[in-house]
Amino acid sequence: MTTPRDLVGGAPRTTYTLTFDDRELPAQEGQSVAAVLWSAGIVSWRTTRNGAAPRGVFCGIGQCYDCLVTVNGRPNQRACMVQARPGDAVTTQEGTGRAALDR
Amino acid sequence: MPKRHSLDAVIIGAGVVGAACAYYAARSGLSVAVVDRGPVAGGTTGAGEGNLLVSDKGTGPELDLALLSTRLWRELSDALPADIEYEPKGGLVVAHDEPTLKALRVFADAQRTAGVRADEIAAADLTTLEPHLAPDQAGGFHYPQDAQVQPAKAAARLLEASGVPVHLGEEVTDVLRTPAGHVAGVRTTRRELLAPAVVNAAGTWGGDVARLAGSTLPVLPRRGFVLVTEPLPRMVHHKVYAADYVADVASGSAALQSSAVVEGTPSGPVLIGATRERVGFDRSLSTEALRRLAGQAAALFPFLADVEVIRAYHGFRPYLPDHLPAIGADPRVPGLHHACGHEGAGIGLAPATGALIAATLTGSAPPLDPAPFSPARDFADHDGEAA
Repeated sequence: MTTPRDLVGGAPRTTYTLTFDDRELPAQEGQSVAAVLWSAGIVSWRTTRNGAAPRGVFCGIGQCYDCLVTVNGRPNQRACMVQARPGDAVTTQEGTGRAALDR
Repeated sequence: MPKRHSLDAVIIGAGVVGAACAYYAARSGLSVAVVDRGPVAGGTTGAGEGNLLVSDKGTGPELDLALLSTRLWRELSDALPADIEYEPKGGLVVAHDEPTLKALRVFADAQRTAGVRADEIAAADLTTLEPHLAPDQAGGFHYPQDAQVQPAKAAARLLEASGVPVHLGEEVTDVLRTPAGHVAGVRTTRRELLAPAVVNAAGTWGGDVARLAGSTLPVLPRRGFVLVTEPLPRMVHHKVYAADYVADVASGSAALQSSAVVEGTPSGPVLIGATRERVGFDRSLSTEALRRLAGQAAALFPFLADVEVIRAYHGFRPYLPDHLPAIGADPRVPGLHHACGHEGAGIGLAPATGALIAATLTGSAPPLDPAPFSPARDFADHDGEAA
């Protein structure tokens, strides 16, 4: 399949890995966390506060806050807006992602 | 231009006070209509926290009004849908040092004589009520009568339950009067609503409506900011604030004052309110106000220092120089009634205000003495008149 990148003859400058829960995933410089997850076939990485329904990207442009995820221990990061960094630890967010506060 | 002839009163303002006036007037058998230039809760109601507080009020007419309202809100919570988020959660006022605690004790003793429940909580027991409270407090008082509603929904549900016609997006351009000077209704951008009584429930803009009707009311805006955090598990169980808040509420100063009131909400975010400053209708963001609120909230609840604030909002409290609302008939213009100027307590005081207005309109016995709220009282001697 021809990708847009093939058409313009582009190539990623660097590639690296990050982790999602227990999995190691390949990432390219400039990708958002959502793009890395999608590229690995992962479309859901959060459950809602009420009813624990699965959530992933909806709008993809930072407006809807549906794609919230925990990155390096910090919950409520928009996966579509946060750029993936080498070695990031991305984890599934359950509910508010803040259960640890109420100990 | 369409006209209606069958009304007993027109209520200007679809905030919580106008909604409560409509609700109690309709229940008294009156035929009323509500008109607002914007949407329901489009002014100060929509910018409020929904405080139903007795704890911050010293003895006097406002506390009496608040105590009556507390009872009425409890009744309303049964009559209205659950989505008004009525929560009888109680308030917790904390003192960070011994002199503040002593002052709070004197304040609470006086409140008790008026019918307020105030239970002193020893410093060691504060964390039983609020496990995440900063530990270095001198003590505090628990006020079980303090409660909360979601103010915009409460206003909308009150209006809905009143069953009265509501004309939104229609600015009142004139208050109609007979040749003898008696109120005869209002003209809006779309219609005339004819009625022998008009109720000014225009909140912070009540002075403009008074002027349209040929009277005066010195309502001034007092700006307040509220911070909203990301959704959290239930970390804060009461309305929690530092005792300094009471002094801020009572102050007439124009300068920025802030003392954080911290509370959780059913939907998750913690609300942190509110600053007070008199800067006219200036809608620009004050980072200084937000910084202070955030700092004070984190001092009360240290966990908040690592929590994200996702947004801030602000509104303009309708402020009268003596800190009392104007409720009742205006003797200067027969048929004109006022129900505005509740400052930061309008959500809490709305039902009692509505009940008072309904009693005035029907000529029945008022539920409490309305004299201190007279719109024609002398405002000139109060500190807030300057600036």
